[in-house]
Amino acid sequence: MSVEGGEQARSTADEVARRSYGKLVAFLVARTHDVAAAEDALSEAFALALKDWPEKGCPASPEAWLLTVARRKIIDAFRGRRRTEYATEQLHIMSEGLKVAATAPEIPDQRLALMFACAHPAIDGAIRAPLILQAVLGLDAKTIASAFLASPAAMSKRLVRAKEKIRQAGIPFRIPEREELSERLNTVLDAIYAAFTEGWTDPGGADVIRRDLTGEALFLARLVTELLPGEPEGLGLLALMLHAEARRSARRQAQGEYVPLAQQDPALWDSRMMAEAEDMLHRAGAMGSIGRYQLEAALQSAHVYRCRTGVANWKEVVQLYDALFALAGSPVVAINRALATSELLNAQAGLDAMPKLESDPRLADYQPYWAARAELLAKTGSYDEARRAYDIATGLERDPAVRAFLQQRQAALPLESLE
Amino acid sequence: MQYMLMAYVNENGWTNLTQAEQEKGMAAYAAYAEALTKAGIVKGSNRLRPTSDATVVRLSDGKSQVLDGPYADSKEQLGGYFLIDVPDLDAAISWASRCPAAGHGAVEVRPIWEMRR
Repeated sequence: MSVEGGEQARSTADEVARRSYGKLVAFLVARTHDVAAAEDALSEAFALALKDWPEKGCPASPEAWLLTVARRKIIDAFRGRRRTEYATEQLHIMSEGLKVAATAPEIPDQRLALMFACAHPAIDGAIRAPLILQAVLGLDAKTIASAFLASPAAMSKRLVRAKEKIRQAGIPFRIPEREELSERLNTVLDAIYAAFTEGWTDPGGADVIRRDLTGEALFLARLVTELLPGEPEGLGLLALMLHAEARRSARRQAQGEYVPLAQQDPALWDSRMMAEAEDMLHRAGAMGSIGRYQLEAALQSAHVYRCRTGVANWKEVVQLYDALFALAGSPVVAINRALATSELLNAQAGLDAMPKLESDPRLADYQPYWAARAELLAKTGSYDEARRAYDIATGLERDPAVRAFLQQRQAALPLESLE
Repeated sequence: MQYMLMAYVNENGWTNLTQAEQEKGMAAYAAYAEALTKAGIVKGSNRLRPTSDATVVRLSDGKSQVLDGPYADSKEQLGGYFLIDVPDLDAAISWASRCPAAGHGAVEVRPIWEMRR
């Protein structure tokens, strides 16, 4: 084996893994409904490639080579299983189907069907995003566990269970029919957004794994918009994530201090990414069907416009939050709407518009509620109450930079309340 | 694939209904059973007597222990089942959502463990 041959084999395998991993998994799962078996067979095929290619040279079509090997591995694995699981004729049909499909000139792209299976309503909502990251992108359980703040053992157990359910419960492997497509697509988009926000919680980039998740989520959202270009919410989600991503480097100072949106330097924003986000949003808007992600992207767009031009647009912002609240009422929307209201009218109006702790006990340990309350109380001159709210907000925050920012705000409060 | 649709309902609710309401309820289930039969997917279905008629048996130290009453006390009880044969879980869910029990109770969808003969 020559050194160059080994290196070339490795880089070819890496490239195929990056470009086609999800496609190969989806192909195998479409014919077997067995995600775990597809992943195992494929990883064996990749291992064999790294042994075989340096000696015999890389094949003309590495994907077809990998698929042929994986197909053989998967049939072997099924043969070895307890006979109660597969009847001989069932195995034969599966193996023939795999053979015919594997010799087709081009591997069909069934990643979207795979995503719909992973984000099926019958799969536990909390495991959908991890499942998509693993099945479509090949991320390992350890990496995913770290991103979602779970123990690797617990994460891998839940992933195994979800894959078992796909296999045993007869979860279909297809893109849903027209009439239920947008509802079902929402669960896929929610899973992608969950992956993005998990990656986003550490914008300082101290943790490489989490930072990378935002890139993976963007990749998945792009995939959805390419495969379903007529779905406005897919475009909306991509626009929303591009807007957030474009401001990444402006969110921290050189020493890692947190910078809130209003104080960010627009020169640090990625204007190309923002332009792409705006383009997506316009395309989505032209389709005439509004949704949560389009509204959230429109809000990002409005905030960016205000910061760039200095033109106050709080009335539009409050209207967008109203629409969003009507569509997807959640504490976080209510809090942001209250903050916008305080800018449009005054701090007291903002406080009045805040969701009430008495009617929603979940707010008690919800950091954004206490941070927003602290800001508004400080503006109305209730410094003692503001101080207490900052204490709770700081105690609930897991990002050290934001914690430091909240402490700074608290320390800047005058000692005497104005009341 | 075969699925068992299990209808969980509060059986006390039934006795509290007027006769006219009970007749309406029965008619809804009859219509549902008819629709399943027309679709050619039903493999079997039955209504169960209330849990007050249930007996639980288990073997303990080699002796059978017999207890009056249901296996578990719960707010809603298994009141009947439909065994259907449909292509996938989505089809089973769509049939479960039409079952009258989904409206006044809940329907659990369970795939049948297929045994090789």
